[in-house]
Amino acid sequence: METAEEITKEAAVIETVSEEKVKYTVETEGLTVSFKGREAINDINIKIRANTVTSIIGPSGCGKSTFLRSLNFMHDLTPGAKVKGTIKIHNKNIDEYDMTEVRRRVGMVFQKPNPFPTMNIYDNVVAGIIMNKGKKRNELNEIVEQSLELAGLWEEVKDRLKVSAMALSGGQQQRLCIARTLAVNPEIILFDEPTSALDPISTSKIEETLFHLKNKYTIVIVTHNMQQAARVSDYTAYFFLGKLIEYARTRTIFTSPREKLTEDYVTGRFG
Amino acid sequence: MNKEITVGIKEIKARKKLSDLFFENLTLVFALMIIVLVVFIIYEMFMDSKLSREIFGFGFIFSQDWNPVKDKFGALTFVYGTLISSIIALAISLPVSIGVAVYLSELAANVFKTAISFLIEILAAIPSIVYGFWGIFVLAPFMRTTVQPFLQSTLGFLPIFQGNAVGFGLLTAGIILAIMVTPIITAITRDVLKAIPTSQREAAYALGATKWEAIKMALLNAKGGILGATVLGLGRAVGETMAVTMVIGNKAQIKASLFEPSYSMASVIANEFAEASGGLHISSLIEVGLILFAVTFIINSFARLLIYSFTRKTEAK
Ligand SMILES: Nc1ncnc2c1ncn2[C@@H]1O[C@H](COP(=O)(O)OP(=O)(O)OP(=O)(O)O)[C@@H](O)[C@H]1O
Ligand SMILES: [Mg+2]
Repeated sequence: METAEEITKEAAVIETVSEEKVKYTVETEGLTVSFKGREAINDINIKIRANTVTSIIGPSGCGKSTFLRSLNFMHDLTPGAKVKGTIKIHNKNIDEYDMTEVRRRVGMVFQKPNPFPTMNIYDNVVAGIIMNKGKKRNELNEIVEQSLELAGLWEEVKDRLKVSAMALSGGQQQRLCIARTLAVNPEIILFDEPTSALDPISTSKIEETLFHLKNKYTIVIVTHNMQQAARVSDYTAYFFLGKLIEYARTRTIFTSPREKLTEDYVTGRFG
Repeated sequence: MNKEITVGIKEIKARKKLSDLFFENLTLVFALMIIVLVVFIIYEMFMDSKLSREIFGFGFIFSQDWNPVKDKFGALTFVYGTLISSIIALAISLPVSIGVAVYLSELAANVFKTAISFLIEILAAIPSIVYGFWGIFVLAPFMRTTVQPFLQSTLGFLPIFQGNAVGFGLLTAGIILAIMVTPIITAITRDVLKAIPTSQREAAYALGATKWEAIKMALLNAKGGILGATVLGLGRAVGETMAVTMVIGNKAQIKASLFEPSYSMASVIANEFAEASGGLHISSLIEVGLILFAVTFIINSFARLLIYSFTRKTEAK
């Protein structure tokens, strides 16, 4: 005979297991963002699965960046920007978190590499950690090595960590920015066209990095490059004129999309 | 038809080139005039200070003796007065300027931004003689009756705050200068902060920076430019004549106390040149001017270099 207690325990285990099957890291409901009264995205409902790469595609100006930036309170820096609806991170409403905590948990890599120009490579990587809380020197060294390793830059810079970040190439700078984001140990990383300013070799290095990161992080990437979306992502969301038109497995989006608009876009008939 | 059009085009082209050529050369002439002017000033001062340079040599800079009656001249007291009053000015002005600049570029609402920026420009445009009058009638009495007694009773154990509270002296000159250079340092620091691209701010915030941390990051980014602004302010303070002359006390001496009257390079030239007693006196005053010119020139070149290297760095990104 099982005791009632044991049954509850078992039920809890089953629940966590099934929850893990479809664990959502980010969920939005009715997410609407407007700039000075003009809506840029409208009523976005999306559930992003944990430990997957989700890519956001769509023509220029359709609101991809706007969507991405609402997930880490970036619109807070833009006067006139207004965010409505709900955003949940790990099932908790985003505004129940401290703003800086959200930004730490939801890292962001930007379109143009933006390392801190007055700092060397090492200090760039630890910049976020030092801001958030003090850590011991040897801990820092470890974090720097791990982060750069994960970002695929360690081998290239390990002998010159004290060199200015500006001495790196564009692609290296972008990987440095990825390392800097990884160093604060986020759970979700947002990439806004991270390779659009880079050459093909740097691009493939970063795509490789994305692939490794998937094990530990949930990744959302905006890209204009359809092949890239197909290569790196598990799920794809197609945005058009501020609306989420279709959201499905990447293979589905590229082979048998449900919507005509999506099909037109992915087959290159427009966009 | 076709032919006519071609001819027309050619003519227009030719005329445009000629006018371009004319303006290019005209502006070149103006530019050359500036260079000639600077060279001429240096040459003039160098030649006119010949007598003094030959008699006193390098000792001129290190001698405290300034006695027109005995024809003994040395510039040290004036160099001292100029440098100390300028350093006091910077020590007061720098924190204030950075604070105001941060407020203007990072924090203030638009209405305040415009209003305060406007006031700062006005402050920078006030003639120095007006500052001087204000120094004589408002600041100096206030220093004598309130600030100096207060400093004496609280920090009086320091030699720099001992002695008679006269109101006119190094400290008062330093404070006047601080007020005069604050608009300059503030305006440049604000511009340097504004020049930092949004992507840098976003980078800091995206890492979980608080507002204060993001500002610290911006200041770190701007440090080259802020240093340049500071040195430019220092250059202004070193060369300032009228306001300083009116409040510094005009006494050629080097004393530990900042309350004591002092003298600056620009002031001694302004005060004594018109009634200089003889050739050596005039020649010595001109040599003081030469030293002042050299100091200002070095400070300004240094500041330009700093600002230049800073803006080039941010533009690269
Ligand atoms: N700071 C802002 N102020 C005003 N309008 C903005 C702002 N940012 C974005 N918008 C507007 O919101 C809409 C969506 O812009 P968004 O940057 O999200 O597009 P996007 O899909 O990322 O385009 P792209 O592919 O070109 O990067 C556009 O119409 C844009 O003009
Ligand atoms: Mg975009």
